Amino acid sequence: MAITAENLGKHFGDVEAVKSLSFHIEHGELFGFIGPDGAGKTTLFRMLTTLMLPDTGSASVLGLDVVREYKNLRNRLGYMPGRFSLYQDLSVEENLRFFATIFNTTIEENYHLIRDIYIQIEPFKKRRAGQLSGGMKQKLALCCALIHKPDVLFLDEPTTGVDAVSRKEFWEMLKDLKAQGITIVVSTPYMDEASLCDRVALIQKGTILNINTPEAIVAEYGKPLFAVKSARMYELLGALRGFSFAHSVYPFGEFVHYTDSRAEAQPEEITAYLAGQGFTDAEAHSIKANIEDSFMALMESPSGQEIP
Amino acid sequence: METTTTIKPDERESVITTEQLTKRFAKFIAVDAISFSVKKGEIFGFLGANGAGKTTAMKMLTGLLSPSSGKASVAGFDVYKQAERIKQNIGYMSQRFSLYEDLTIAENIRFYGGVYGLSRTTIADKTGALLQRLQLEHARNALISSLPLGWKQKLAFSVSLLHEPAIIFLDEPTGGVDPITRRQFWELIYEAASEGVTVFVTTHYMDEAEYCDRVSIMVNGRIEALDSPRGLKERFHASTMDEVFVTLARPSA
Amino acid sequence: MKQFWGFVMKEVRHIMRDYRTLVILIGMPIIQLLLFGFAIRNEVTNADIAILDASKDYMTTEITNKLLSSGYFHLSAELASASDIEGVFRSGKAKQVVVFSQNFARDLYKNGTASVQIIGDASNPNMATILFGYTTSIIQDYQFQLAAHRGQNAVLPITPEIKMLYNPELKSVYGFVTGLVGMILLLVSALMTSIAITREKELGTMEVLLVSPLKPPQIILGKVLPYLVLSVINAVTVLLMAQFVFNIPFRGSYGLFFFEIMLYILTALSLGIFISTKAKTQQVAMMISLGALLMPTILLSGFIFPVENMPLPLQIISNVIPARWFLVTLKAIMLEGLGFEYFWKETAVLSGMAIVLIALSMKNFKVRL
Repeated sequence: MAITAENLGKHFGDVEAVKSLSFHIEHGELFGFIGPDGAGKTTLFRMLTTLMLPDTGSASVLGLDVVREYKNLRNRLGYMPGRFSLYQDLSVEENLRFFATIFNTTIEENYHLIRDIYIQIEPFKKRRAGQLSGGMKQKLALCCALIHKPDVLFLDEPTTGVDAVSRKEFWEMLKDLKAQGITIVVSTPYMDEASLCDRVALIQKGTILNINTPEAIVAEYGKPLFAVKSARMYELLGALRGFSFAHSVYPFGEFVHYTDSRAEAQPEEITAYLAGQGFTDAEAHSIKANIEDSFMALMESPSGQEIP
Repeated sequence: METTTTIKPDERESVITTEQLTKRFAKFIAVDAISFSVKKGEIFGFLGANGAGKTTAMKMLTGLLSPSSGKASVAGFDVYKQAERIKQNIGYMSQRFSLYEDLTIAENIRFYGGVYGLSRTTIADKTGALLQRLQLEHARNALISSLPLGWKQKLAFSVSLLHEPAIIFLDEPTGGVDPITRRQFWELIYEAASEGVTVFVTTHYMDEAEYCDRVSIMVNGRIEALDSPRGLKERFHASTMDEVFVTLARPSA
Repeated sequence: MKQFWGFVMKEVRHIMRDYRTLVILIGMPIIQLLLFGFAIRNEVTNADIAILDASKDYMTTEITNKLLSSGYFHLSAELASASDIEGVFRSGKAKQVVVFSQNFARDLYKNGTASVQIIGDASNPNMATILFGYTTSIIQDYQFQLAAHRGQNAVLPITPEIKMLYNPELKSVYGFVTGLVGMILLLVSALMTSIAITREKELGTMEVLLVSPLKPPQIILGKVLPYLVLSVINAVTVLLMAQFVFNIPFRGSYGLFFFEIMLYILTALSLGIFISTKAKTQQVAMMISLGALLMPTILLSGFIFPVENMPLPLQIISNVIPARWFLVTLKAIMLEGLGFEYFWKETAVLSGMAIVLIALSMKNFKVRL
């Protein structure tokens, strides 16, 4: 096991940021913690990277206890915090060299690890980090986190605030790193990134809703799901909620995702109902759930909606 | 409500029109002769990579930045001469700046109402209605900082509609919000649009784009594509807006 | 060791890149010294004086005329008796009172000596010294004139008797130099260090530093070292300018001077580190440094107001201000040329403060967030 956590918990005042989590992450795995802001991802990462003491439970990374053996562990883990932690007034090269030096290594020694990423930003190596675009900052931050050849890499929301193209490139880099045997733990609020991980934990309000491969999670989705469409989106939502068999109704881009409380519902029944409501253009077809559908279904179950 | 929505978008009046709108900073052309129009009640997605010129374009449309050349009118007002009138008639909400964390919900509403010159009684009426609609009456005196992110976002959106603007500009409104709250947020947007408010959303998250009636994609200061999400996906033989965007923004890839 | 120097180099780069701040830090001592220095050297004209002339003979009248026609003085009152002197000072009517003894001319010829008393208001020691200088040189001038007139070489001695009211030892004439050193070193060491550390917290880079194998003492020392150098540069700047631009004497030992300076810088740096362990943002660090350190240092250290003249509660508070002790030692070395035996107590207090603060800041520096 690369990482194990047993009943790991942390609270700030009355707020339980992380509620007694237990999980295992294998060596060489690309593991994702998927959940919205405030789910406890950052707190969890800070405990695993020895930056915060857990209030309850224990965790070990690479067989080292995050509390007792933090000094040894710090030599072996790479961490990229939420906001790309770079020195804005230092150049690309100076940032990288600095992080290499404080880990007692040199850029040259581990250049093979970062080569594919670094050549993309090398043309700008004299530029100050503050003047880089979001995508380039992200790449530099990744290089800095990798330069000491860590055995496990923690990336806290590496794709937040970065455009779609850079996000895609970033995930490809992670795949390459995984191929080199580095265990990678990544957090993201973007559900669509779940499918890029080997396994994911869906996390919400400090608890893990489900933990599995992305395929298995969507396969567990219990109810028949339909994508419904009409030109009058807002009215369509209301009409579907008025349907007596409706279980859940959520807008989903240009469609509405609808689940029926009956096990054997047919799309024709839905269109027929909608036609009766004046939606003559309505279309419905059966679809497979995606991670976001699964996440919402898990959120709906017992605790329901958050009320301040 | 029924009547406004049955009209085809094309027949509605335009509330934002630009013609060859351009902004130059020294030698750098941030926005390069963009022309488009947005109809009343439309949800318009304004997409682009980091540094593509989205922010600059939006600053010109909200009257914060004077264009270098070209024409633009927003809510019937000229961006060159009537910037102050534009500000009175638009709402703005961004993920970064929305409400004052150290004030209560009611205090924030009163403050924004005051900024837009609403009378005391109007503010009181609207506060009640707004809290009722969001089911937040019990939290009237709660500090914004104590609210979950999702509630802040919904509240910020509602507050930016307080002065009944013709257009509301949203800057990455739902980043980082949980999927259910995010959908509740989009329902608020649909509701506003169905009442005739034009919604102008800038984002670089493609799943937000899927909710829009039409989207434009900016690359290097120019609008490279403008259509409904479905139209764009068909044109680029893509299954998601993400693929459309990647094709456009990085043609070589 | 390589890690550590890499860290120091990074800090040096931060400082060099932010050249605006650097210019201010290097230039500030120069500008402040010039401001204070020239304020002190300002020519005084038309200062109000009062004269108590008990003899009213031709000599005292001639001296009075000479004084009043010099342009330096303006006669604000002629006093009838010594009991009026206190009154004119209190009411601010005069900055100086010149008192001629009875039978001035006769005494001078008969006894070969006459005395004139010059009483200054030393609550403004700078002004008092300048006025005193003018007055004595005018009287001296008159003596030469008198001798020349009588064809004699021997000058009849008129002895000016000086009396300074309210601040008899004329403290703090040059005190501004020591005060400035105390203030500037505090500013550079405490304020800049606390900002430099909290900036890393704000940027999130502290997280990365903490998970690295760097040890907390390395982080702290690495942060502190460049500012230590900068502080010493500032101290030397002030010292050189005081000596060569303002001709302020340096009477004591340079070794002791630098020893006390290093001790004070150490105290200020650990104050800066201590602040940064408590403050989460640069803004808070700056507010604490300026409000809780700089203001009390300026007001309570004896820089502006002599500690002895403060109300008792403020005197007690002033004891916790490092600069209060530092200024005493510095003044003793620079201006009075005294040896270590005269200020070992102050040095001990300062050392104690440094040790406590270093211990506190090391203890409070967290290895976690």
